[in-house]
Amino acid sequence: MSVTEMFSYIQGFLSADQDVREDIRKVVQNLEQTAREILTVLQSVHQPSGFKEIPSRCAKARELFCTVRTQLADLKTKFPVEQYYRFHEHWRFVLQRLAFLAAFVVYLESEALVTREEVAQILGIEVVREKGFHLDVEDYLAGVLIMASELSRLAVNSVTAGDYGRPLRISNFINELDSGFRLLNLKNDPLRKRYDGLKYDVKKIEEVVYDLSIRGLAKEPESGGDK
Amino acid sequence: MNKREGEGWSRKTLDAAQERDVSANPSSPVIVAFKVFQQELDTKHDKYERLVKISRDVTIESKRTIFLLHRVANVPDAEDVLNEAEGKLDGVRQKIGQIAEELRGEDIYQFHKAFTPGIQEYVEAVSFLHYIRHRSLISLEEVNARLVFMRTDKAEPKGSAEAAPSGAHVLTFQVTPSDYLLGVADLTGELMRMCISSVGNGDIDTPFQLSQFLRQIYDGFSFIGNTGPYEVSKKLHTLRQSLGKVEDACYTLRVRGSEIPKHMLADLFCSRTAHIDPEEGVA
Repeated sequence: MSVTEMFSYIQGFLSADQDVREDIRKVVQNLEQTAREILTVLQSVHQPSGFKEIPSRCAKARELFCTVRTQLADLKTKFPVEQYYRFHEHWRFVLQRLAFLAAFVVYLESEALVTREEVAQILGIEVVREKGFHLDVEDYLAGVLIMASELSRLAVNSVTAGDYGRPLRISNFINELDSGFRLLNLKNDPLRKRYDGLKYDVKKIEEVVYDLSIRGLAKEPESGGDK
Repeated sequence: MNKREGEGWSRKTLDAAQERDVSANPSSPVIVAFKVFQQELDTKHDKYERLVKISRDVTIESKRTIFLLHRVANVPDAEDVLNEAEGKLDGVRQKIGQIAEELRGEDIYQFHKAFTPGIQEYVEAVSFLHYIRHRSLISLEEVNARLVFMRTDKAEPKGSAEAAPSGAHVLTFQVTPSDYLLGVADLTGELMRMCISSVGNGDIDTPFQLSQFLRQIYDGFSFIGNTGPYEVSKKLHTLRQSLGKVEDACYTLRVRGSEIPKHMLADLFCSRTAHIDPEEGVA
């Protein structure tokens, strides 16, 4: 094989690779659009009037997750499944956002931590790599960490809206999450960096709880949304 | 929950703190779930580290092979050196076999970053040897064809389910086109060194052959341009410099070669390169 032949063979491979990436990028753009829509729907819980609307907002968000499922199904067809990690960085960001949104919906509904299986189910993807397009454990954890900072914001806003019970529940939840993350031996990678931010969310929520307790507001019966 | 203190703690206290956290609520679903994640992440990181280690060994051995190959011009019997290099590369291939074994059933690209430096160095060594022997560029298929390994399953009970009951199975390692490309780009640097030193040895045919070969590779890289991975464009710059040096050497040989008797040519060129080299080292 001559040098020229060899290089045109490689060139063919590289341009095929670029075509695949181009296709993936288009689908990922749609996914990002949907993710933004879901976020907008959920953002209203920070409004003073939003607490009453939580169930309806969650229902709306779950409807939008149907679109996500079809878009992810579309993404799956764009590349061979065993090359997931070759193109991983294209959808890593959006998948983390979607994991966050799913976790947030589940938290608002049941005040529990979403499991990785549930997220995968909401997004219509697999949990383990062998079965196809899956949710990488690090992406799931990153999504959970994004939710933690969203919850610290929610704690502040729920006080403003007059819901004094919620910050206490969020505090318990975040503390449990923090203990969970401390079980992990993280490497010096993006996940570790994000985890390092968790302590500020913990601190913020503890401050809110402190403010409520010294004013005797923390004893409020846990009725939730009693504005 | 003071994290800043936590960083300064000894390992032991950290473990104790972890235990305390767990004992706070060991049966909570969150803690149970995170224990699973802990295991999964640790397994993955361990595998990654093992691959980095093998990759480093591959790099070191490949570099040594390249140094060995540079000695070819200085020894009377080149064939001995080439065979020794081939033997070394067999050792490297065994190591790559270990990588292949680690990657069984995994997504190659998940761990690609761990072993890509080693593989590039291997491509460089193997293509250098190939060039010295055959004066041509080794193809990606030829590289991959040597990376097929036979393994017996006795040591690994895990694999026995999928393999034939006879106990042997075939493992392959596929060099990705990008790794191949980057390895070939490194090869050009070695060829430049070979060109300069061959002139030093009074060999005036090799530089011309090399300049022709390097020009072909340079054309190839120009053809690929920026469709390739990011690293390629960086290496293209170095490649241009190497090509420039080789072309200058050929030019000097052509111009001065007709004026000076052949036996003095080597001396002339040696002194010239000696003048040039320090400046180029700085640039």
